[in-house]
Amino acid sequence: MITKFWLPISVILIIILIWELSATFFAIPDWILPAPTVIFAEAVSSWPNYQHHIFATIHLTIYGFVLGLMIGLIIAITLHLIPRLREALYPLLIMSQNIPIIVLAPLLVIWFGFGITPKLLIIILVCFFPIAVATIDGLKQTNPELIHYMKMAGATKKQIFIKLELPHALPSIFSGLKISATYSVMGAVISEWLGANQGIGVYMTLASSSFRTDRVFVAILFIMILCLLFFGIIIGLEKMLIKWRKDGNE
Amino acid sequence: MSTLQISQLSKSFNSDIILDQLNLKVNEGEFVSLLGPSGSGKSTIFHLIGGLYTPDNGKITLNEKDITGQKGSISYMPQSPSLFPWRTVLENVVLAQELFEKPDKQKAIKMLERAGLGEYINRYPAQLSGGMRQRAAFVRSLLSPQSMICLDEPFSALDEFTRLDMQKWLLSIWEEERPSVLFVTHNIEEAIYLSDRVLILGVRPASVIQEITIPFERPRTESLTLTPDFLQIKKSIFQTLRGIDND
Repeated sequence: MITKFWLPISVILIIILIWELSATFFAIPDWILPAPTVIFAEAVSSWPNYQHHIFATIHLTIYGFVLGLMIGLIIAITLHLIPRLREALYPLLIMSQNIPIIVLAPLLVIWFGFGITPKLLIIILVCFFPIAVATIDGLKQTNPELIHYMKMAGATKKQIFIKLELPHALPSIFSGLKISATYSVMGAVISEWLGANQGIGVYMTLASSSFRTDRVFVAILFIMILCLLFFGIIIGLEKMLIKWRKDGNE
Repeated sequence: MSTLQISQLSKSFNSDIILDQLNLKVNEGEFVSLLGPSGSGKSTIFHLIGGLYTPDNGKITLNEKDITGQKGSISYMPQSPSLFPWRTVLENVVLAQELFEKPDKQKAIKMLERAGLGEYINRYPAQLSGGMRQRAAFVRSLLSPQSMICLDEPFSALDEFTRLDMQKWLLSIWEEERPSVLFVTHNIEEAIYLSDRVLILGVRPASVIQEITIPFERPRTESLTLTPDFLQIKKSIFQTLRGIDND
């Protein structure tokens, strides 16, 4: 348990140490690659100047993620309940993920303006897919023995879905959620590049165009922290809801 | 309470005739075993009773009510325990009842205690042994509102010792509750030990080729299986089954 926790931490610390030493040793200019200490100092001293950007991004991410989650689940459940529809729409679902967001983003602005709509659409687009695919797979992989039992016991289709298939798919849904949670932060930052007045994406664009590389790294640092935070929340929820799996391994 | 009557039941898949004119009856409070070699269409019979298939011909009635092709008329216990891994033992045993009415948890707890699972009501199935899981599955079928229970080779996946324990346990519970039972098995000794009547199924197409009334008094004990009378019945069934194979 202790090694499991310390192993990744020490790897990160070693990388930061090498980075710090080489930045000083090779005298790399700050606008190319600032040393970790410089980034850290900037992160601490300018906190009042940029903190509102972070909260704006958190807001946007949560909105987008919740919408993406709902849409992903609705799509998955609909396609599961109507197999013909699944056959018809599954390829379309996959193709939706082949559209480069960078290309799509400006188009969405043309169609929907600079408001919150195109931003939410981008987050939804990156979020719904992992959830939908994981849920569809989870529902499809329901143990046939249990389905057979439910049918013999006289369960209706609705009962089979609610009492058996949905709880059976829960672990899969959570794997989808974990991927989406991290994607949603990226989606939010990208959507902010489109033209927002606040958010980490805005802060990042401003920083890079004025060669404040240290601030770019501060932005990256906070994106990572947010990703880990959302990931952690999902894992916490998973542990709360799926107790049986852990016990089952004993 | 419950009388199951199957008359003239026929079913074929494509050109494969699985059942041909099958007749059988399970009387109120009676324990009837269907004994036959693997592939004799035993599962098909259950699927028909459970309403998963509709027969080509014939009729299934429960208490003189036609239940042909109707789901949920019988209580069912499958070969594998089929407990839901995310439900505790208590939540699992009320599942079948939950499908039709509000579950009676107090009754379920009492029943689990009698099944020796009192300490395990809040455990998950993965934490139980194979025998305990089967007991939970049987309790679930007893708690189901239907009074006719169909058991599909419930002990075939257990080792010999657990199997004997389970048979004794099943008999003790059954003798208290006396539900009507249709029991499918391919184990001769099990069929004789448990049943009031044993029906021997012929293979492809399946039909009842011999009916044997088991005369032993209840409650039965394990030593019964070694008495000359018991062995005599076993021998005669064995020869009948051998006869099927030799055809």
